[in-house]
Amino acid sequence: MAETIPAGSTTDGVIQVGQPTDARVSAPASYDVADFPVPHGREEDWRFTPLERLRGLHDGTAVADGGVKVEVTAPAGVTVETVGRDDARLGKAGKPVDRVAAQAYSSFEKASVVSVPKETVLTEPVRIAVHGEGGTAFGHQVIEIGAFAEAVVVIDHTGDATVAANVEYLIGDGAKLTVVSVQDWDDTAVHAGQHTALVGRDATFKSVVVTFGGDLVRLHPRVVYGAPGGEAELYGLYFTDNGQHQEHRLFIDHDTPHCRSNVAYKGALQGAEAHAVWIGDVLIRAAAEGTDTYELNRNLVLTDGARVDSVPNLEIETGEIVGAGHASATGRFEDEQLFYLMARGIPADEARRLVVRGFFAELVQQIGLPELEERLIAKIEAELEASVG
Amino acid sequence: MATLEIHDLHVSVDAEGGPREILRGVDLTVKQGETHAIMGPNGSGKSTLAYSLAGHPKYTVTGGTVTLDGEDVLAMSVDERARAGVFLAMQYPVEVPGVSVSNFLRTSATAIRGEAPKLRTWVKEVKEAMERLHIDSSFAERNVNEGFSGGEKKRHEILQLELLKPAIAILDETDSGLDVDALRVVSEGVNRVRESGQVGTLLITHYTRILRYIKPDHVHVFAAGRIAESGGPELADKLEEEGYEEYVKGGASE
Repeated sequence: MAETIPAGSTTDGVIQVGQPTDARVSAPASYDVADFPVPHGREEDWRFTPLERLRGLHDGTAVADGGVKVEVTAPAGVTVETVGRDDARLGKAGKPVDRVAAQAYSSFEKASVVSVPKETVLTEPVRIAVHGEGGTAFGHQVIEIGAFAEAVVVIDHTGDATVAANVEYLIGDGAKLTVVSVQDWDDTAVHAGQHTALVGRDATFKSVVVTFGGDLVRLHPRVVYGAPGGEAELYGLYFTDNGQHQEHRLFIDHDTPHCRSNVAYKGALQGAEAHAVWIGDVLIRAAAEGTDTYELNRNLVLTDGARVDSVPNLEIETGEIVGAGHASATGRFEDEQLFYLMARGIPADEARRLVVRGFFAELVQQIGLPELEERLIAKIEAELEASVG
Repeated sequence: MATLEIHDLHVSVDAEGGPREILRGVDLTVKQGETHAIMGPNGSGKSTLAYSLAGHPKYTVTGGTVTLDGEDVLAMSVDERARAGVFLAMQYPVEVPGVSVSNFLRTSATAIRGEAPKLRTWVKEVKEAMERLHIDSSFAERNVNEGFSGGEKKRHEILQLELLKPAIAILDETDSGLDVDALRVVSEGVNRVRESGQVGTLLITHYTRILRYIKPDHVHVFAAGRIAESGGPELADKLEEEGYEEYVKGGASE
């Protein structure tokens, strides 16, 4: 990038990277919303979020009215159930870590559980369509993959809604789960939630989080390892337009030896009031010898005024690891780059498209899902078209 | 027969304390097939002329005209100028992250030619042009100018010149920072384009060295924002011996 802003900084000026000692671990985690005070915006984990746009999800004033439809389409062999709050499979991946996630956990009435039996290899993805019809909803989804099973799950969020919903991924030993969560909401939607994966022994978890829509989207993708040998790849792609707030707060808890994690999130921003937040927390605990982890966040700011806060945190409690690294950079699409491309006959809108497509290309290839690849590229083109044109 | 006509061109840039005039009435006509060397001391406004012709937004034209075959170049956007046939080989080519050289060249050629070049002939065309300029084939997959050495950047500029075949080529200090070998390779590239007889060349340089490889038809001395003297190749010989001192004393305002 022509202008590279170092890790732990924002486009508005360098901020302090350091947090109070181990903020992530000392932060409360609880299933009960009452255990979390109502945030006021100064708290470490809320300071980037415009609370007034959460429509009461954070302070108990949001009231569920059921205006969100969830449809699950699953290939043969997969069990899809709607269960009550007392089902033993709920809450196994981990506790909610903020008040909105806890509100969702305290408020949902029925949860959906999708189970792939052990040693079952799906050839078709499981599709979960979450469609907002202007309502407010709290939800809970569990996706359970038995030992040595393999599955791809695509969760699509569309329409307009105010939603707080958590997703748990329970990945059995040696199993492989790929999850694509697409936030393709209308630009009026509000969506907050926690996606927690519990990765079994020698299991593989691949997460692709794609956020294009919403007025405010705030997600916590989290990974914990239940046993050694687990592997997690977390990819993310966001395109933040004027007026949108898109926040991804990742946490990878290396609590077990010989696990790997790789994070790559890339975002483009355009429009004066576009705001993207990326928090990448990785904790390697003393017991997690042999850990191999890397996290990367790249942002491309296409127009003046858009704001990025990118904060990677790596905390290492043991020296006996294979590798640990992080990188964060925010670049601007500069007038000089535009001039250079235009001086070769390329019109301004096409020049911008060329740069953005190039910026995302490597990540899209890395994701390695051809069907999604085409959809992502088409969506990126559409986003550019809408704003440039 | 393409002709670039610059008449009484005045150009300013924004500076502290208001606009500062850099070009103060430039008159120059460049015809297809001709090569004009523009030589001058640092700060004389040579590069400003180059960037103003290409339409860089930093420069404000405050007076005069520029036409290409009678068409008003100053009324065109940057990309329109390029498509009309004006090419600027930049002194400091810009890095464009995320965009590969091959993608860039093809997008550019498509824009300039008005249609996408046929893939099979295009691949061959690029490969051969790269070989002639001693550019390794791995460059095609690298991001535009990212991590290129000074010499690689200049060869990449000339590669574009060869592929885009403009009517008017403006080479802004293409020779600066090149060692003798690189200078020869780059000059050969320029000469190949010149030999076609289809291009008018404006060769902007501080040094006479490149003129041993690229023979100009006309030499102009640029000083204090305008052409101070014009002549044939012999004028370059005089500059080689005497330098710019005479012109600097004569007119520079700072």
